[in-house]
Formats: sequence, C-alpha cells, structure tokens
Amino acid sequence: MIPFNILVAVCVAYAAFLFAVAFVAERRAEAGQLGWLRSPLIYTLSLSVYCTAWTFYGAVGYAARSGLEFVTIYIGPTLVFVGWWWLLRKLVRIGRTQRITSIADLISSRYGKSNFLAAIVTILAVVGTTPYIALQLQSVTLSFSVFALEDLRPWVPSDLNATAIWVAAGLALFTVLFGTRNLDANERHHGVVTAIAVEALVKLLALLAVGVFVVWGVAGGMGQVADRIAESPLAETTFQGGRWAGITFLSAAAIITLPRMFQVLVVENADERHLATASWAFPLYLFLMSLFVVPIAVVGLQTQPEGANPDLFVLTIPLSMGAEGVATLSFLGGFSAATSMVIVASIALSTMVSNHIVMPLWLYVQGRGATVSGDVRRVVLMSRRLSIAAVMTLGYLYFRLTGGTEALAAIGLIAFTGVAQVLPALVGGIFWRGATKRGAVAGLLTGFFLWGYTLFLPSFGPGGVMSPELLQHGPWGIEWLRPHALLGVAGLDPLIHAVFWSLTLNTVAFLAVSLSGFPSPLERLQGAQFVNVFEHSTGVQGWLRGAAEAEDLLVMSQRILGSEKAQTMFHTAASGQGKAGYLPDTTPGFLEQLERELAGSVGAATSHAMVGQIVGRSSVSVEDLMAVADETAQMMEHSIQLEAKSEEISRTARQLREANEKLTEISVQKDAFLSQVSHELRTPMTSIRAFSEILKSDTPLAAEDRARYSQIIHDEAIRLTRLLDDLLDLSVLENGEVQLNTQTGDLQDLLSRAITAATASDGPNLRVARDGTTDPVVLTTDTDRLSQVFINLIANARKYCTAETPRLTIRVRQNKGSVEVDFVDNGDGIPKRSQSIIFEKFSRLGDRNAAGGAGLGLAICREIMANLGGDIAYVPGQGGAAFRVRLPLDVAKAA
Amino acid sequence: MGRNVLLIEDEPNIIEAIRFILSRDGWDVRTHSDGTTAMDKVQQFAPDVVILDVMLPGRSGFDILREIRATGPLAALPVLMLTAKGQTRDREMAESLGVTQFMTKPFSNEDVLSAVRDMAEA
Repeated sequence: MIPFNILVAVCVAYAAFLFAVAFVAERRAEAGQLGWLRSPLIYTLSLSVYCTAWTFYGAVGYAARSGLEFVTIYIGPTLVFVGWWWLLRKLVRIGRTQRITSIADLISSRYGKSNFLAAIVTILAVVGTTPYIALQLQSVTLSFSVFALEDLRPWVPSDLNATAIWVAAGLALFTVLFGTRNLDANERHHGVVTAIAVEALVKLLALLAVGVFVVWGVAGGMGQVADRIAESPLAETTFQGGRWAGITFLSAAAIITLPRMFQVLVVENADERHLATASWAFPLYLFLMSLFVVPIAVVGLQTQPEGANPDLFVLTIPLSMGAEGVATLSFLGGFSAATSMVIVASIALSTMVSNHIVMPLWLYVQGRGATVSGDVRRVVLMSRRLSIAAVMTLGYLYFRLTGGTEALAAIGLIAFTGVAQVLPALVGGIFWRGATKRGAVAGLLTGFFLWGYTLFLPSFGPGGVMSPELLQHGPWGIEWLRPHALLGVAGLDPLIHAVFWSLTLNTVAFLAVSLSGFPSPLERLQGAQFVNVFEHSTGVQGWLRGAAEAEDLLVMSQRILGSEKAQTMFHTAASGQGKAGYLPDTTPGFLEQLERELAGSVGAATSHAMVGQIVGRSSVSVEDLMAVADETAQMMEHSIQLEAKSEEISRTARQLREANEKLTEISVQKDAFLSQVSHELRTPMTSIRAFSEILKSDTPLAAEDRARYSQIIHDEAIRLTRLLDDLLDLSVLENGEVQLNTQTGDLQDLLSRAITAATASDGPNLRVARDGTTDPVVLTTDTDRLSQVFINLIANARKYCTAETPRLTIRVRQNKGSVEVDFVDNGDGIPKRSQSIIFEKFSRLGDRNAAGGAGLGLAICREIMANLGGDIAYVPGQGGAAFRVRLPLDVAKAA
Repeated sequence: MGRNVLLIEDEPNIIEAIRFILSRDGWDVRTHSDGTTAMDKVQQFAPDVVILDVMLPGRSGFDILREIRATGPLAALPVLMLTAKGQTRDREMAESLGVTQFMTKPFSNEDVLSAVRDMAEA
C-alpha cells in the first residue's frame, strides 16, 4: 500500500513538474525559440483534452456496464478528423483571419458581432461545462480516496472531499499564471499547451501500462483475455443502433463545439497544416486510448469484489495485485486527464465570460469615457483572472452540492448534448450566407431550453429539480409535455430523445427564422467573410473614414495591447501610408485592422464598440452601419446600371459610326459611278452634236463626207442606246430584281449558237475551237442569260485578242457537282495588275476606242452568273486571256 | 500671230469634228492622242493654242496642264480644256492649275472656234 503522504508528494512533485514545463515553454516562446513548440505533434497531443477523467476512468466503467458502446465516444471524433477535416480547416482559417477568441466569439462575429448572441453561447457553455469541471474534481477526489481507504493516520483528512478544494485552487493558480500571461487571448498559450501535451503522454502511457499489466500480468496473455471476454456479461450486451448512432453523432459534434476543444483546435492552432498531421495522429491516439478498455473491464469484473465501482478498475486492479508503481502511474494519468480538461476549459470559459459578459457590462457602466480613462489592459486581465476563479468556484460548488449523485456520473453525454446546440448556428454560419442572427438566436434558445427541459434538469433525478409528478405526468398533468416523452414520443432512451428533440427543433427554428428574415448588412458582410474565407482574407468594410483621431485610438490601443505592441502596430501602419511617427490616417482599412487586433484581446463585439466610441465620438450603431451598407449597395447597383447604359451607348455609337462609314463609302462609289456614266454618255453626245452642227451649217460638204458624218452620228446614237441598255440591265441584275426565264437546254447547243452569234457581224476574224467533253450537258437555267455571258466572252476575245491569227478554245468539263466552261484565247492575256479589276464597272482596259463598249460587259457577266447561282473568274497562267464560267449542276438542274 | 493648234484628244470622232471646224477657219491643226507623250509634242510643235482633253490614255490632262505651266517658256501658252467630266470640281481643278478656257462636252462648234480665236489674239 502506498502511504497517502507519498501519494500527495508524488502529486505535488508532478504538479511542480508541469509548472516547470509550462514555465520553460513560455520562456522559450518569449525568446522566440519556438522550435518543437510549434510541432504538429504538440498540437495533436493538446487535442487530447478531449479525453478527460471521464474517459480515462469512465470508459472502463462504461464498458463494464454497457459493453462496446463506449467506442462511440471515440468514433465520432475520428469520423470528423478523417472525413471532415476540411470543416476543421475552414474553422481554423476563420479563427485566424477574424482573430476569434472562443466559440462564443465565432458565433457573435459571424452574426454581425452581436454581443447578445455571444452572451447566450457563453451562458450555454458555462452551464454545460461547470458540471463537467465538477466531474473532474470528483474523479480526483475518488482516486485519492482509493489510496486513502486503508491509511488511517490522523493527518489524513477525514473528509476527502476537501482535497477537491486544494486541487481546484492549484488549477486556478496554474491557469491564471499561464493562461492569462498575455492579454491577447488569440495568442498561443505555449506554456499551457506544452503542459497539456505532456499530460496527454502521461495519460496514454498510464492507460497502456495498466492495460499491459492487466493482460499479461493478471490475465496471462491475449488468449486468456479473449476467453475471459467470451465468458463475461460484456459478450451478452446487445447492440443498440439508435444509441450508437446518437452518441457517435454527439461526440462528433462535441469535438467541434466543446469550448475546450474549440480552444485547442482553433484558438491555439499555430499552423493550418498541423491539421493534416492531427487528422491521422489524433484518431490514432484515441485508438490507443481505447485499446485495453475492454480487457480491463472484463478482468476487473472477474477479479474485483462484488459491488466494486467499475469506474475505478483502472486504479483498483493494480492496487489489489500489489503493483504500486502501475497504480501510481495510473493515478497520475487520471490526474492528468482531469487537470488538463479543467485548465483548458477554464481558459476558454474565462475568455468568454470576460469578453462577452464582464467587459460589455464594464463598458456600459463606465459609459462614454471608458476608452480614455483607466487602464483597460489591467481591467481586462483582472476580469479574465476573476472569471477563471469564478469558473473554478462554480465547478467546486457544483461538485460539493451534487457530489456522488447520478447527475454527475452521467454528465459527460449531457454536457455534449448541451454544447452541441451551437452546431446548427456554427455549421450554418460558415456554409450558408443566408443564416441570420435572429435565426441563430432562435435556434440556440430553442435548443438550450429543450436540452435543459428534457435532459439536464431531469438528470438530477426525481425530486432533484423537477418533481416526480412532473417527470411522470408532465407539467400541469399535460402528458405530451413529459420531459422524457415530448409529443408522446415515449419509449426512447432519454438521451436520444433529448438529442433528437433539441437538435431537430433547434435546426428547424434556425432555418425557419433565417429564411423568414433578411440578414442585416453587417451580417451579410461577415457571412460572406466566413463562408468564403478561402477566397478573400481582407477585412470587413465596416468603418467609414470619419473624424477619428489617431491619437485617441493609440491611447486606447496601448491600454489593451500594451504600449510596445500598439506603438509598433501604429508605426507600421503609418509608414505603410508613407508617414513618419505613430499616427497613421484613420483609413477604413486601418480601423478594421485595429479592430481585429483589439478583437484578439476583448472579442469582436467589444472591440467594435470601443473603436466605435472613438471613431464616431459615440458607438456606431448597427442602424448607421446598415444605412452605410445599404447606400453602398445602392451605389453599386446604380453604378452597374450606369455601366450597362454606357456600354449600350458606346455600342450604338459604334454601330452608327460603322453605318456612317458604309454610307460614305457608298456615296463615294455612287459619285464615281455617276461621274463615269456622265463621261460615257457625254462622249458619244459630243460627236453627235459636233457633226450634226457641221451638217446643219452652210459649209458645202462633199457627198462622201456628208455620208460619213451621218454614219458617225448614227453609230454614236447606237452606242448611246447600247450603253443605256447595259446600264439598265446591270441595275436590274445588281438589285436582284431580274426575272429569270428558266428553260432546259443542252450546254453544247448553247455554245454553238453563241459562237455563231458573236462572230456573225463584221470585224476581226476569230477561229473558235471546241475541246473537252462533247457529250450533251443538260441544264435547267435561264439559257438566254447564260448565252449572253458566252456571247460576251467570245466577242471580247474577238475584240481584244492580240494574236496574229486569233484563236479561242472553248473547253467544257463536267465535275462531280458542277460544269465548267473555259474560254482561252491565244493573245497576250490580261496583265496581272489588271486582273483584279476587270469585273468592275467601266473597267475597260487600254484603248477604249478599240472596244467600242463602255466596259460594262464583264460586270454584267459577273452579275448574271451570280443570279444563276454560279460564278465567272479570270484564270491566270493559261497562255492567253482565260475565263472560266462555272455553274453548279444541282442548282443548274434544280433552277 | 501664228495659227497652229495642237489637239490632244483620244476619241477619233471628236478629233475629226474639231479638226474640221478649225481647218475650215484656217487653222493648222495637229493631233495627238496619247497622254504619256503629249508633253513632247507640245515642246516639239510649239503650238499657238493647245486643246486638251482630261481623260487620256496614260496620263491625265490635269497633269499635262500642270507641267505646261511649270515649264518656263510655256507658262503663258493658251490652253483650252475640254472634258466630258462635267462636274464643278473639275472646272475648279482646271482653273487652279491655270487653264485659259474650260469647256464641257458636248460643246457648240461655234464656242470652240471663238474660244480658240480669243485665246490666239489675246
């Protein structure tokens, strides 16, 4: 038997060791030698505050009573860490960018920096956590009592419950020393975290040591243990699907919403990447913690006397076997589990209580002058220290008032259910921009109330808080309001019943109220920041440049952040704006940065109010902000409309400019055309007038002259007529008003007749040769128009071919879909530079007198072919002038 | 005062008509119908009056007029410009280049004759 005084000495030595660890870590951190303090393993180990004394001792008891169900407590967190680590990453990122100090601060910040909401969450957290702290104190007391049972020396306190007060005081001291060294609650508590990590190792080693001792030292190996398990009542416990699912869900929710878990997971997180390690290492830790639970429970049930508390098997088995070393280690493990939970929980709770209850009250009491009178820094620190003491006192009182009752033993899952009420508002807040403050308040209050009514208050037992009649028959005898059978849903396990009703109605209220209203501008802005935290990390546009005086802000900031830190921040901001000294312009950006800095110390809502007091000479009301944000939204709306209008106008202007350019071009073309027509008409007219005047005059003329002059007049009149005909023809063809007279004919016949027509009149001799296919090619088209093209081409060859013996080859070629007719003469051809203009109007080349036409022939040919669905082109490199007429056969046949 | 006229025109029927009109009045008419070499002929024949068409093969009448006026001894040579391009713009162009008389086609024979007479006597 270990003498009680030695146990106390070990305990004190261990505590001193933890103080030393925390002190060294804190010193190293201050010196900037973070090194292993920033290791992901330290982070992972600190997460083990999840495993409290309730888990350390209680898991074995749980297994002894309910078989394997205890693993659900480990499965929930494992699922979150393995499957939902992106959710944790989002939380951590939001915590970093918004400088979140607690889960209450997160909810408050998300829903428009509402202090009311923060206070609700804080109260919920205090109510849920206080019994849990009491439970830790009880476990320490119980473990002491196990050792003290047989030691009856006079100095051993008769009432062991008194040890609890010493433990509580020690823990309070530790927490105050290492938990409130820095005012900035958002800064890492390196000392605390390192001590917690050491305790995590002790917990794990102790439980593993007991396990190894039980399996190999008592039972005689794994095989024996397996046999014992098969014989034990544990093998007969039934699997209850509802409870398994419910508790797995609860523990998954708890890992996110428990204030102490949020503290180590988000607030103390130094690097997002640590989550990657934790995502496998923490489940591994949980697995090791649960490894020997069943063997210890089974062996305990078989070796310990009837009626022994299975919750203490971890201690009593080694003690009864005389393994004092293992027992002491086990005691330290349990002690570690209890203390680490209490320390972290009280840090988290004190931050919330101080920031969301004490500070707002203090600011309210102090009124306007708060920011410029008194040392805020000291007030905040004092408020936080007092909060720690208060939380610890609450825990102790709760323990003294309910010690040993059922309420305390079952408190673990009850606390989980309580804090899980934050889940809808939390998850909704970071994934859904439509979530509103009203919705969050409605959901939280609904869930909180139902949790209290169906689970927490009844847990004190009949006659505790609720009368037996109320539990049996409901308030005022209304059966469907019975705490354990709401709306007549009876027969469920009370825990599952409470989880179902509280979380379902909580979520329904949250969703319904959120959907029925519209988030205020500040909520919308914060919502966007939270939901899209990975897209942007800039601040909220909450402050307008006002009459804020940098000096006042500096004075206030020094009181909260400390002189050095505040001056550094102001100096950096000033030099960032290109100014010397410590007073930067109070730009909105700077105010937001400052507000975030201050939020790290006093929470978002308080910080917002404090900056507001200086910037606006009074606190900026939410209504002001709403007006500002709404105006901004309206201006953006207008600006978008203006942009659209301006876009439209410039588009119209562009269209007008294009149309104008086109008109100008058409006008130029028209002028050129008119000028050319005028020229072509005036020339023959000139001859006609001149010669008719000559004929009219008295001058005697020789008969042959008279005849010749008459002939000239006649020819020029013909030329005029032909020109007018061509112009009209072209105009009709160009406007697409031509009436096609479709007939069926053989291409070969058409060509033969065209040759005859074109070579009939007097003029140069032209030999025409036929080439290519001589088979009939049946066409259905306007054969007269096609003939006109052929005649024109043959006549041109006759007129312009410069060869000594002009020869024209006409070649017919039928392709798959079209027929081609080439007209190639043996002259010089058309110079390359002119080839591109020959189809233009009045583009007669060379000596126009040789042609006798106005230069409209090829333009007409081109228009005819276009009207017939084919085309005509000059083919270079054929020796002489070469034209190719192409007519698609399908069109030709269909036309 | 000489009675030499150089007619620079490419339309054969118009050449014939003008030659007839002026010859009947006792003028010595030489003709040339190519724009490119027109300047050489002006130098070569040293006519008392030049009748100049605008649209000539190879070179525009305006161009030829500009060169005549730019050639020292020819600066005062009387030039009658005849054109089928009847637009005001063309008349203005001709006047800016220093034409002596400007007439649009079709013209009255009488007008051409009196214009040539006036210019030669001036």
